[in-house]
Amino acid sequence: MPPLIEAQQIVKRFGSLVANDHVDLTVAAGEVHALLGENGAGKSTLVKMLYGLLQPDEGRILWRGEKLVLNGPRDARRAGIGMVFQHFSLFEAMTVAENVALALDGEEPLPRIAARLAEVSRAYGLPLEPRREVWQLSVGERQRIEIVRCLMQDPQLLILDEPTSVLTPQEAEGLFATLGKIRAEGRAVLYISHKLEEVRRICEAATILRGGKVVARCDPRQESAASLARMMVGTEVGSVRHDAAEPTGPVRLSVSALSMPPAEAHGVALKDISLTLHRGEILGIAGVAGNGQDELFAALSGERLAPRAESVALDGTAVGREDINARRRRGAAFVPEERLGHAAAPRFSLSENALVSGHAANGFVRGGFVERGRMLGWVDAVTKAFDVRKGPRDPEARALSGGNLQKFVVGREILRKPAVLVVAQPTWGVDAGAAQLIRQALVDLAKEGAAVLVISQDLDELLEIADRIAVIFHGRLSQAMPVQGLTREALGLLMGGSGFPADDAAPGAAAREREPA
Amino acid sequence: MRLILEKRAETPLAMTIASPLIAVALTLVSAAVIFLAMGQDPWAALHVYFVAPLSDSWGLQEVAVKATPLVLISVGLALCYRSNNWNIGAEGQFLVGAMAGGWLALATHGAPQGPWLLPSMLVVGAIGGALFALIPAVLKTRFGANEILTSLMLVYVAELLLDWLVRGPWRDPQGFNMPVTVTFEPEAVVPLLLEGGRLNLGTPIALLVVAIVAVLVGRTLKGFEIRLVGEAPRAARFAGFDERRLTWTVFAISGALAGLAGILEAAGTVRMLQPGISPGYGFTAIIVAFLGRLNPVGCLIAGVFLAITFIGGENAQIMLRMPLDVTRVFQGLLLFYVLACDTLLLYRPRLVRSAAA
Repeated sequence: MPPLIEAQQIVKRFGSLVANDHVDLTVAAGEVHALLGENGAGKSTLVKMLYGLLQPDEGRILWRGEKLVLNGPRDARRAGIGMVFQHFSLFEAMTVAENVALALDGEEPLPRIAARLAEVSRAYGLPLEPRREVWQLSVGERQRIEIVRCLMQDPQLLILDEPTSVLTPQEAEGLFATLGKIRAEGRAVLYISHKLEEVRRICEAATILRGGKVVARCDPRQESAASLARMMVGTEVGSVRHDAAEPTGPVRLSVSALSMPPAEAHGVALKDISLTLHRGEILGIAGVAGNGQDELFAALSGERLAPRAESVALDGTAVGREDINARRRRGAAFVPEERLGHAAAPRFSLSENALVSGHAANGFVRGGFVERGRMLGWVDAVTKAFDVRKGPRDPEARALSGGNLQKFVVGREILRKPAVLVVAQPTWGVDAGAAQLIRQALVDLAKEGAAVLVISQDLDELLEIADRIAVIFHGRLSQAMPVQGLTREALGLLMGGSGFPADDAAPGAAAREREPA
Repeated sequence: MRLILEKRAETPLAMTIASPLIAVALTLVSAAVIFLAMGQDPWAALHVYFVAPLSDSWGLQEVAVKATPLVLISVGLALCYRSNNWNIGAEGQFLVGAMAGGWLALATHGAPQGPWLLPSMLVVGAIGGALFALIPAVLKTRFGANEILTSLMLVYVAELLLDWLVRGPWRDPQGFNMPVTVTFEPEAVVPLLLEGGRLNLGTPIALLVVAIVAVLVGRTLKGFEIRLVGEAPRAARFAGFDERRLTWTVFAISGALAGLAGILEAAGTVRMLQPGISPGYGFTAIIVAFLGRLNPVGCLIAGVFLAITFIGGENAQIMLRMPLDVTRVFQGLLLFYVLACDTLLLYRPRLVRSAAA
């Protein structure tokens, strides 16, 4: 019997870049197949061709042994291929059932869709209320809508792109159970991820891409995470050297009883947040996206002023009413989550982007005039210290790959030798090599006496580099707990809201609060 | 086959220069078609429009006189537009500048005047324009009112105010009931630079302004702030720049430059106040700003080009009996093509075989 889907010698070029170079991929029915690779390895390009969003330049796709030509996602769905994207395409103001109806190609009446939806969500253990509006739902629930509406089209192959990156460990467990049921029915799953432990648990085959080529095929259950990483990166990935320790030094950053209303209609209110961060310490803030991380970053950096000066203190000085540049002059540095558009202006050169965060405290400005030579020197220094790979000396920020731009925006701050560094998602969407370099730099910075606050959704990252971890949920912050003896399960429960005051833990409560009065 | 637009990774420098040139070329082609439709020989008409104004000293001086207000206003507008502040009301700021500076000339009329008068008029005119421009700026930052609407509506306020002044309190008693003020006294008039033309001190002032603004945008932190706020507002907040204060600043600067252009026009070319001292300079300058790529030196080049169409339009009216509206049509077409060609900066057009099965 021929395999369910077979991609043969697929080539896809974008200008001079060969994104897929004679790639072969075979997925059998009833198989959960992992597609592994670093950012830019060609995973997304390949699955976009399997879903009809792109057309291959060379090669062919066989479906149960017969040639398949996909001119668009509609063709793919008709053939029996479904895909759940990393970024959801849902209308917030519409109900779950309406969102599903929009995605179905047929002309089924809404009540029938709602009934079928309820049936499918029960069968696969994906609880959903058809009549709820999407804006009230958590990220995990939104992902369930995407999966359910895929399953309602009865696909033989389900493609999932980084599905667990937005889930708590418990939600991820639920997803794995669902995948088990899908596999048991003889459907196949193509699972894109860079979380190797997860791939080892749930996948029985893996295809590994590097630089647009297939470099290995293996059974991940027979491999270790380290050996998988080696195949992905091509070289040994070093681990970060860090000995977690109880904090002892003086307090460099403290937040006390910080409460702030949301800045915009769908924002999160910060409620009574307190934390202390000592010299030489890394404090991790864990939590599912959208629980107040952005708001906390804005309050710590001074992009939004706190209601009281005492709410935020740097080295014992109350700075809650000072703006971001005043805090920089006191030795604080900040790296926001969004690389392009927030940390860096996409169409500005790197030297001008050095000026974005450096004009107040780095001596780039004299008498109102910009000192271009010094900025360029700074770019060179960051490039050297953080191995930023780029073509010209001073390219536009958007010309850099994600990992290299991230190294630049992190390096830009670390090179200032800050007393306090607040960084959000330091390695989001960054390849393994760059992630390791950035994490090591954070650890080294703390070792030299800085206090580092890391806001991250990546639990593995926090467990690797933090000394203590606190969890943020619906705008409240838990106690910070030493990492020794801390388990993923315990963190996962906190991230899901258990242990927080009940008024916040009620489903949809936070969402309702966000409604403008 | 169908045409698709692909997003570019980086804007090529050649395209940045080519885009306005393509727009100009398309405008000329469209102009030729319009001339043909009006029963004119397109070559002869294009010659009258675009070549004749540059063929003698008088014509060249006229071009400079027309370009001066356009350049002054558009350089200020470019600062606004770069920082996402859509000041559409430069025409009104121009008129208020003319009225504010003109008030000083009229108030001292007949009294002993000195060399201080003209500089004071220019300063008062600039301040008047700046204050008038701050109205939409404050409405925007304080109440979230759309500055496109408010600045545009204020143009009519300024026009009607001028109309009322020259028909009422400021009317020349000896003016045979015409809606004009007295002619300014010599001390209140911008000095001419050459014999046999109307070129005056306003033109070098405009060149100086272009140089100053070019340095401001390219070399100073304030210029960086203006560009960053427009390009990446969140990064500007991360840089600690205050968007509200910047809105006030750029509106004040562009209002001051429009006001300066207004008083230079009133005291230089017209030498009195009357309705219609501006043939729409404030609106044409919007085209100039975009044609000049929101760049001060680009505004200078674009201002000269648009000035040629004004002079060419007057020539065509006299020599070919063409209505002056044709000039407006050209200017509108030009703005349309400029904005359309900007698409080429961000996207690459590509023909693909039809994907439909």
